[in-house]
Parts: sequence; C-alpha cells; structure tokens
Amino acid sequence: MRTLRFLLQKEFLQIFRDPSIFRILFIMPMVQLLVLPLAADYEIKNINLSVVDHDHSEYSRKLINKITSSGYFRLRDYSPTFPQALKTIESDKTDLVLEIPAQFERALVKDNSAPLLISVNAINGIKAGLGGAYLQGIVQNFNMEVRNQWIQYARLNPQPQIEVTFSNWYNPTMNYHVFMVPGILVMLMTIIGASIASNNIVREKEMGTIEQINVSPIRKSQFIIGKLVPFWILALLILTVGLTIARVVYGIVPVGHYATIYLFASIYLMAILGLGLLMSTFASTQQQSMLVSFFLTMIFNLLSGLFTPIESMPEWAKMLTRFNPVSYFIEVMRMVILKGSGLADIKYHILAELGFAFVFITWAILNYHKREA
Amino acid sequence: MQSVTVSHLIKNYPAGKKSVVEAVRDVSFSVDKGEIFGIIGPDGAGKTSIFRVLTTLLLAEGGKCTVDGLDVVKDYKEIRKRIGYMPGKFSLYQDLSVQENLEFFATIFNTTIEKNYDLIKDIYAQIEPFKERKAGQLSGGMKQKLALSCALIHKPTVLFLDEPTTGVDAVSRKEFWEMLHRLKTQGITILVSTPYMDEAGLCDRIALIQKGKILSVNTPKGITKEFKKPMWAVRSAEMFRLMNSILADPAVESCYPFGQYHHVVFHNAENEIQKLEQIIREGNFQNGEIKPVEPGIEDCFMALMKEQGTHG
Repeated sequence: MRTLRFLLQKEFLQIFRDPSIFRILFIMPMVQLLVLPLAADYEIKNINLSVVDHDHSEYSRKLINKITSSGYFRLRDYSPTFPQALKTIESDKTDLVLEIPAQFERALVKDNSAPLLISVNAINGIKAGLGGAYLQGIVQNFNMEVRNQWIQYARLNPQPQIEVTFSNWYNPTMNYHVFMVPGILVMLMTIIGASIASNNIVREKEMGTIEQINVSPIRKSQFIIGKLVPFWILALLILTVGLTIARVVYGIVPVGHYATIYLFASIYLMAILGLGLLMSTFASTQQQSMLVSFFLTMIFNLLSGLFTPIESMPEWAKMLTRFNPVSYFIEVMRMVILKGSGLADIKYHILAELGFAFVFITWAILNYHKREA
Repeated sequence: MQSVTVSHLIKNYPAGKKSVVEAVRDVSFSVDKGEIFGIIGPDGAGKTSIFRVLTTLLLAEGGKCTVDGLDVVKDYKEIRKRIGYMPGKFSLYQDLSVQENLEFFATIFNTTIEKNYDLIKDIYAQIEPFKERKAGQLSGGMKQKLALSCALIHKPTVLFLDEPTTGVDAVSRKEFWEMLHRLKTQGITILVSTPYMDEAGLCDRIALIQKGKILSVNTPKGITKEFKKPMWAVRSAEMFRLMNSILADPAVESCYPFGQYHHVVFHNAENEIQKLEQIIREGNFQNGEIKPVEPGIEDCFMALMKEQGTHG
C-alpha cells in the first residue's frame, strides 16, 4: 500500500507540474462542450428553395406562401423554366426545386388532383431527406386545407379524417441540446481518457524511466493501478466540469440522480482507462499509441449511438456496439438525464461495463512485461 | 565467494525474417564479491545486453547466470531487491526534482533516504545544493551522480553501471571513479561497462569484449602482461606516409596510430630499431623518433581483436 501511495504521489506531481496536461484536460473539453452541441443539431433550417411556377394562380401562390412561411425554407430562386432552376442546384445556390405545372389550379378544382414535382439535391443526404419530407408535409397540409374548404360545400357528406397530434415524452420541446450534450460529454471523456492513459506508460518507455521501474521490486499490478487511479480522478473532475456546463449553459438538469451518473462513470472510466493502458503496454512509441487510440475512440464514438441511432445500423454493426463500452455509457447518460432512470434500470449496463473494466485492466497487467524476451 | 557468474550466455535479436543478430555469443565470466569488474569493448560489442540479462530485464537464449547466488531466470524477484542498476541512458524522472527522484526510488525499494544516507552521503552531498532543481535541468555530471545515488539508495549488494561515464567530462569521470572505489570499500560488488580503454586500469579485473565474444578476462596488469612482444613508438613529420611505409615491410606484424605516435609490433623480436631506422632513412622522413613503449590495454585489445579476427 505504501508503494502504491508513493506511485500515486509521483504521478500527481508529474501531472500538476506539466502545465500542458492541465490545459488539455480542462480547457479543451470545456471549449468543445461549448461549441460542439451547437453544431450537432439535427434540425435542418434554411433549406434553399427554387420555385418554378408555370401556373401563376391563386392556389400556387398560396402554396408558395405556406412553404416560405414555415421557417424551414428560404426562397432563393424563382425560375421560369425547370432547366434554369436545375442550374441553381448545380451551382449550389439551392437545395430543392418545386415545379408547379401549368393549370395546377384548374386540374385541382376540376379533376380533384394535380401533380407537383419536387427535385432534391441528394449530395447531403440528411438535408435532402429532411428537406424533401418537410416539403411533402407542407404540401399535404395544404392539400388538407383545400379539401376542408371544399367540404364546406358538401356538408352532408363529410370525409372522414384522422387527425394526428404529437407529444414528445422525456424531451417535450424536442431540444437537441438535452439529447446531444450528455453524449458529447461522454465522447470527450472517452477521447481524453483513452489518449492520456495510452500515452502514459509509453512515455515512460520512451524516456527510459521504465527501466528503473522494471529493475525494482514493484509489482505489475501496483504499477498499472498507480497509473490508472490519477487519470480516473482527473476524468471524474472533467465529468464534474462537463455536468456543470450542461446545467449552467444548456440548462440541463438530470431527472435522475447525479449519484447514478457518477457511479456509472467511475466504472466506465476504469474500462476506458484500462483500454488506454492496454494500448500503452503494446505500443513502443507515443506516436503508435496516439494513432491506435485515435482510431479506436473514433470507431467507438461513431458506433456508440451518439450521432446516429444504433437501431438503424446494420446487424453486424449492432453486434459491434454490444462490445463498445461507449455505447452503454451514452445510453445510460440519456436514460438518467432525460428519463430519470435509477440503478435498477441500468443494472445490465453496469454489469457490462464491469466486464469491460475487468478484461481490459487484467489484460493490461498481464501484457505489461517487466522483462523482455 | 562469487557475486556474479555468467556461463555460456547467448543472446540473439531478431533482424528481419529468419535472420538474427548475435549480440552475445557464448560469454562466460565470473565476478568476485567486492571487486570492480569492468566490461570493456566498443559500441555494439554486447555490453548492454549482458547487463540487461543480469539485471533481469532481458531473457537470454541460452546459458546460465547468477547474481548473488540467485538464478536470473528463476529468482528474478529476489534479485530485483538486491541489485542497483544504472542504465546507459539517463532514466530518472526529468520532471521531478532531485530530492523527489531520490525519495521515489527509496520508496519503491521499501526503504527511506535516512536509512541508507551513509552510503550515498559523499555523492549526494555534491548535488544536495540543487535538490529542488528538476532532474532534467542538471548538468551531465550531476545527472550521473543523482542516478548513482538512486541506484544505491536501497543498499544493493551488486551494482550494475552501464557506461556511466559516457558523455561526461574528464573531471567528472575522475570523480566518478573515485566514488566507485569508495563504494568498493563498503563491500559492494560493482560491474561497470565502458568503451574507454583508459578506464580499464581503474578496475580490479576486466573482460575485453568484441562482437559479442570475450577476448580476455584478467586483471589490467595481467592483460598487458599477456602481450609478449616488444612494442615500439615511432613518429615523424609525415605520419600517414610513415604508416604506409612501415606496413609495407613484411617483418611488421601491426602498426596503428596511437596519439602522436604509431605503435609498431614486429613478427620477430630482432634488430627492430635498425629496421625502423632504415624505413625512416629510406623514406626521407623528417624529425624521426623511435622509442620502446610498454603496451597498454588498448594495444592488447587491438592485438587480441586481430588474433581473434584471423583465427575466428
């Protein structure tokens, strides 16, 4: 125990003596947490629209008015012909073309149906999908209004209608910040935890100081745990800073307990720091460990359900997320913060994370050799 | 009693597919308790590999080694408690202060500075004024002293010093050897490696090593005594032409530059002065000078190297 205490004391001395570590550990995540959630907003606004109106009727004008007043679209171009409108898509001026054929109004009134053409620039898939869907929604709504107007003339024969209303549980205003900020906080802890831990033992290898440790009677487990604990404490501090920012800046108050988050985070950190140290025992230079940890955390973050729902991934990717410690933590964060889940709700997550921690730390201890072959 | 024994040690490093670098080839020697044993050889001779095997940092391919009577493979845990190792590269924590480094290494060996202060007092006293300074900011000589203090703080029975004087100025080198002699009086066995032949005479016994093979193990005096043939030092105003002229003579066994002179050895010890004088006369060399010299360790090393090269 005495040895371990001095190992920890030494690590902390080194950490606090290195001004750059402090900056990397605290200022960087703070800046990222303030900037990233603003960018990671799935709501698409300001879709640039081009309209080709061959009809110039009351109905076509009404439709265009309805679209532009929705707030999602900006009418950037009003072309007389479709090819000209397509040019504006080609030059990236607009994302969507709505073509209203000639005699749109007449066909609608006379034949009870009229065609419309929507052409979408699908280079940005999300923008194209959502923009097309929004526009379709607006057109349908318009259609409904038109019908309602006409129904008044035929009151004895009302058309049955299904009216749909929404209520968003757990996130009533569909605020993306509530959804993204906890996830981004997890991502930051993962990146920082894994890269700092993975660099640490390698640094001792590069400096040659590990030689002096290796000839000493220090036990391998003492050495690894001595490396793990300081970063564990630091990462929990980062979590505290992050949760404070979430509360103060984004007004996110967890429905569940902070204690639940901390308990899970402390287990999660053992897993992710253990993984970092494991990489550290394999690598022989800081460059190697940096690249490997970068590669792994990238995959972990993309496969974590932070940006895209896990449910929509292909089967094999879904399988992979089960072996991804990050995905469990992001899920737990959202469950606790948005739904107020308690320990009983996340017990399987805890078990999985404990499993990761055990495997990674044990592997790291076994793979750290004090003697080379 | 023998403090360190090495018998038939073999260490290979993989170098590409299927080929290996034979770093240590069948090396055997033993070190008595309380002596200063020097392993002397050029860079790449295998000195560091031998040290790393003995300090339980490296597994050998073959051979048996013991430190303090303990097997380096089986009893590595016990050995680690008893030895002090100072690697060739400065390997203390550069971002910790002198005092913090020493305290740290004392603790990981389960001891305290106070307990063994007597042992390091002489050495540590010289760097104590700088104890608040970070180890990375010390001068080369002071780093060396700190590293030695850290290697000694747990009172090891055997001390391994891998090229401790490489890159250290002449004054610090002299001081360092004086420190080693003082440590010897405390009964600590010291194994030291060095590429400098002039440090060989400061050891009790030395092993000359070249390309992973031991050339000779003896006392420094014993090694120079093994050199049977008389040696001559020759010089003139034109040293390079002189060397070529001497080597052109079939009676000459070897000739190589040594400081301001060429050291010349003949196959047969007959009429050597006359032969050298003749060479100088015929070549019209100015300021010619010929004198007999006692062979040094370096001369012996060159001769042994040549001998092994032709026979091996």
